[in-house]
Amino acid sequence: MTEESLRADGGRSHDDRRVREGHLSGDDLTAYVCPNGHATFPGHQRCPECGEHQMESLDLSETEATVVTWTTSTATPPGVREPNHLAIVEFDLEAALEGSDTFTPGTVDGPIRTLAQLTTGDVESGDRVEPTYVDELREPGAGIREPDSQSWDGYRFQPVED
Amino acid sequence: MRPGDCSRMREVAIIGASMTQFGQRDAWIRELLAEAGDACLDDAGVESGDVDHLYVSNMASGEFEGMTGVPNALAHDLGCLGAYTQRVDQTSSSGGAGLYAAWQSVASGASDATMLVGGEKMTHRTTAEATDVIASLTHPAEYKHGVTLPSFAGLTARHYLERFDAPRESLAKVAVKNHENGTRNPHAQFQKEVDLETVMNSPIVADPLRLYDFCPITDGSAALMLVPVEDAREYVGDDAYAVVSGVAGATDTHVVHEREDPTVMAGVVESGKRAFDMAELDPGDVDVAELHDMFTILEFLQMEGLGFAEHGMAWERVEAGETKMDGALPINTSGGLKSKGHPLGASGVAQAVEIYEQVVGEAGSRQVDADVALACNVGGFGNCVITTILEAGQ
Repeated sequence: MTEESLRADGGRSHDDRRVREGHLSGDDLTAYVCPNGHATFPGHQRCPECGEHQMESLDLSETEATVVTWTTSTATPPGVREPNHLAIVEFDLEAALEGSDTFTPGTVDGPIRTLAQLTTGDVESGDRVEPTYVDELREPGAGIREPDSQSWDGYRFQPVED
Repeated sequence: MRPGDCSRMREVAIIGASMTQFGQRDAWIRELLAEAGDACLDDAGVESGDVDHLYVSNMASGEFEGMTGVPNALAHDLGCLGAYTQRVDQTSSSGGAGLYAAWQSVASGASDATMLVGGEKMTHRTTAEATDVIASLTHPAEYKHGVTLPSFAGLTARHYLERFDAPRESLAKVAVKNHENGTRNPHAQFQKEVDLETVMNSPIVADPLRLYDFCPITDGSAALMLVPVEDAREYVGDDAYAVVSGVAGATDTHVVHEREDPTVMAGVVESGKRAFDMAELDPGDVDVAELHDMFTILEFLQMEGLGFAEHGMAWERVEAGETKMDGALPINTSGGLKSKGHPLGASGVAQAVEIYEQVVGEAGSRQVDADVALACNVGGFGNCVITTILEAGQ
């Protein structure tokens, strides 16, 4: 890249632009945050809210969440367990920020949610749940998606014991 | 010129339309497209060699059938050699997106006659395989959890019912209505009524939604012919034609859980607003509408997103019977995707075929009194949306 094109490009080089491993794919339960404090899970090349690059990350793999809504799917595609309990859950953002070295509470805008499998169909909207690691959420290669193009491990959510 | 200002574009007319029998067909994708395209040429009175642009709306012929490059194949099979061709894929809204592209081609002056043919061949695959082809539009972080489009519908329906205190039966009434309408559509996959009890007792697919809350898997094709309004009379003589008075698209998030409000489809809201602006019309001006009822809950979300009902209130209009054939705003007179069927790339085109037939007075036993008609075609789970408004030509 010439010096001139670097300037026209906001000073970014090809290396800056190369997508960090896991950033766009949502491999880990990690949210990505832009300089304006907008957070998303999974990450995006530019912030959907303001178009800035998402330079920071926030681990959510030990953060509790609340069930926003849930379903049990009884007609599942190849390689997926049946029935498949699924939920959209919303993370306790302030708890995640308290456990972070990078951020202080109140500096990141939520909500941050994820779609995920549940360990049980015995839930209600509003229930507290927590992530639990599973090494294979779905059998790679059984469906149409190229097995090497994405990860297949991840987190299910289980009810938090009182 | 501000974006979306079409005042310097040519006005565009639809002068012909066709659709094949929807359902389980022996024909493959090339044959389905050729059948609808052939009928559309006849209906419009346009010679094969006079088609300047030929667009094919199709989501996944490669994935379903191992057949790619279908627009070129269709041009050859219909004698439209020399025409410019392209495939338009926008998943389930490929048909609407194809109509937007076809409109652009004529409005801009690039083409004086554009034929749009939408089609999909799906039923040779198992339900699980077809569901997976469609679910391949999801983000890796969603796909690995085994999410399907029906699962998104279940998640959204539960949230809607809980938040707005709507009865589960109100969703079932969408299915009952659309099946009733489908009995009047000879091209529909299902031409039989279902009662409320049957819907409510059908097997659960994605709790709280049941089998009859979902559209079937379908083979089929549909086509439209577009020319400049100034040329329309040359083709139709004294017969009626339709004017594309509004057409616009918009996108929402790819990742569904990133939406601020799970009951609002921003792509529906934005594409609707743009189409109404372009047509200089309001939701109250619409006489009949085709909405993308791939799942019953989507009919509520689109009614609200397009301004036919307040947020959280669409179920009340359905309960009151206002969206039935004889109601204040008939919705899905064709039977909708629910009863007519949903061959992905064909669906948006078939929606436009229905509203075209309504405004030109060719809808037969489904005919309602309509000068202004709207179609909303939804891709993904609201990921991309096209809204089209047709008016009767003068």
